[in-house]
Amino acid sequence: MILIKRVSMIMIVALLAISITSSGDNESHAFSQRILQKGATGDDVIELQSRLQYIGFYEGNIDGVFGWGTYWALRNFQKDFGLTVDGLAGPTTKQKLISVTNYDKQYVKRKIAAGEDVNYYGGAPRDGQTNQGGTQQGNQGGGGKEAAQPTSVNVPTGYSQNDIKLMANAVHGEARGEPYVGKVAVAAVIINRVVSSTFPNSVSGVIFEPRAFTAVSDGQIWLTPDESAKKAVMDAMNGWDPSGNALYYFNPNTATSDWIWSRPQIKEIGKHIFCK
Amino acid sequence: MIRWLLIAVLTVGITGTAVWGYQEHQEKNAILIQAENSYQRAFHDLTYQLNLLHDKIGTTLAMNSQKQLSPQLAEIWRLTSEAHNDVGQLPLALMPFNKTEEFLANIGEFSYRTAIRDLNKNPLKDDEVKLLEKLYEQSGSIKKQLRKVQYMVLNDNLRWMDVQLALATNEKSDNKIIDGFKTVEKNVEGYTEGDLGPTFTGASKDNHKYRNISGEDISEKQAKEKATDIFEVPKDAKVNITKSGKGADIPTYSVSYRSKGKNGYMDLSVQGGHPINVLVERNLKEPSISLYQSLEKAKSFLKKNKFDSMEPYQSSQYENIGVFGFLYVQDQVRIYPDSLQVKVALDNGDILGLSARNFLKNHQKRDIPEPSLSEEEAQEKVNPSVKIQESHLAIIENDLNEEVLCYEFLGTLGGSTYRIFINAEDGMEEKVEKLKEAEMNFATS
Repeated sequence: MILIKRVSMIMIVALLAISITSSGDNESHAFSQRILQKGATGDDVIELQSRLQYIGFYEGNIDGVFGWGTYWALRNFQKDFGLTVDGLAGPTTKQKLISVTNYDKQYVKRKIAAGEDVNYYGGAPRDGQTNQGGTQQGNQGGGGKEAAQPTSVNVPTGYSQNDIKLMANAVHGEARGEPYVGKVAVAAVIINRVVSSTFPNSVSGVIFEPRAFTAVSDGQIWLTPDESAKKAVMDAMNGWDPSGNALYYFNPNTATSDWIWSRPQIKEIGKHIFCK
Repeated sequence: MIRWLLIAVLTVGITGTAVWGYQEHQEKNAILIQAENSYQRAFHDLTYQLNLLHDKIGTTLAMNSQKQLSPQLAEIWRLTSEAHNDVGQLPLALMPFNKTEEFLANIGEFSYRTAIRDLNKNPLKDDEVKLLEKLYEQSGSIKKQLRKVQYMVLNDNLRWMDVQLALATNEKSDNKIIDGFKTVEKNVEGYTEGDLGPTFTGASKDNHKYRNISGEDISEKQAKEKATDIFEVPKDAKVNITKSGKGADIPTYSVSYRSKGKNGYMDLSVQGGHPINVLVERNLKEPSISLYQSLEKAKSFLKKNKFDSMEPYQSSQYENIGVFGFLYVQDQVRIYPDSLQVKVALDNGDILGLSARNFLKNHQKRDIPEPSLSEEEAQEKVNPSVKIQESHLAIIENDLNEEVLCYEFLGTLGGSTYRIFINAEDGMEEKVEKLKEAEMNFATS
């Protein structure tokens, strides 16, 4: 048994050595120049997570988004290796990481491209590594040169990607053709309603409240939203409210309700009047 | 021959159209019925919840033991929220029914506050009991009127789809349901907000005035100058300026410009010319600076505009923009109510936005007391399975919207990170939140 173990160990070490030499090209200019901090996304975050996982500090998914998990892993790494504990991946921290870990870029990238969960613990055998011959490399083709894409995205606290989509639909239906700020303001009204005690307490509840939004009633909500509607929704979710805390808005040319005119008006943006 | 053929074709055509039309009609009816049913369900649910609510408030009045009171109040809170949900499903959005909704919200707020309070230490005060009695009476009359409407609906077979139509066309028709709801609303209006007593002041987070606005009123011209100081206006752009209307929380100037490929917008308070909102929109290229570098840009922007002692507590990259949250820090205590956000373009480091509403609203000079508990004592109150990674002193707004001094612990449990606030005076666990991690990107996978 011991013999088998030892043989397999040797094999693993040998394979590791091969992989290091084969990806040696990447090693030399590892990491980008930029300092990484919490909230960052990108190719270099994938490398940071992989390296932290390699020495067992990071247990989460390698997804290319510098989240809380990565933050604690980095801090603990800095603490254990006697570096300044600031949660930033600067030049010194990166240097230290490079000197104590390995990073097989090809392997991680391939796993990400295949949509699989990436495990990159040092010492553990990696599947697919065994036939790390010319064939695998060949199959990679031009893809090898491209940077790996993060598989996750940052989303404003309290919301999901689906909320963003739904709200972007509503904003597009209600305010396309309006100036950008007008779109942010419409998105902010939706959020103000969610927060307000007199309206439903969820994004979907507010949007689908019968007769609340004309775009919902006449089906315009199902048009495909453009990029600026999405940007406007993100701004509103991140705390921008150009409407001045409004709960209603209307287009004075098309409004059919007399009641809406009785609301105290805050301001006019584009074609919409925003009110309390 | 040709004639017969023609007749045959026409017959087939007409029969086909008839069948198709009939099917369409059936389908439309089915959908109408379904929509009608969901309205009916929400409406009958609502009346049921209000019946129950009235009864529950009544029993609360009869109760004496605190052990029973708290769950009962929690139950009332639950009922108001369900009733609220039901109102939200009825097509009443553009109809004056908001007073009733407010009334529901107020009962909910009151019951929630008292339910979470330790009633053994802090029993119901006399004025609170009086308030409950009043709420009992009011909910009784709302119940009665809604029941009347309900009776009418059932007796005369009234349809909510007609309400929907009547509201959509804004006809001054005599729709019985609308009239009924108007009566309910009128009735609630009778209970002026003053009636609800001091318990409800500050029920909504945004109720108080802007505290951090000072200085002389500025003119439009000064506002324009100030705005161009804060954001760079392209030379070819025409600058617009408007003043806010009566409904605004605080009088503001809105300064905006549109130029080729770039728009800017800013709200400035008339008093003192403080920037409340800044938003710049343009097309963004690929990121060329790091989030870290853009944070430095955000910091120097704040410094330049006299927002001092602000420290970053949140940073996120959304493709080609960086968004940062800052907190005011006084004597190393993080003041959560005094927050502001800055948005930076990652292609060249331009400031794309500032949202300072919370800061201008909440910031004031505070006397921060010495904590009575030590950090170790506070830490003992935290769930022992949470591994604490970081700690601060912080002031937050608790569930009752009061500012309290807390120890803030950031810790991990399993794969998740939690933020836990322990009151630095009495060790109460004020707030526990699970912090958001990145979401899997469904667009790329």
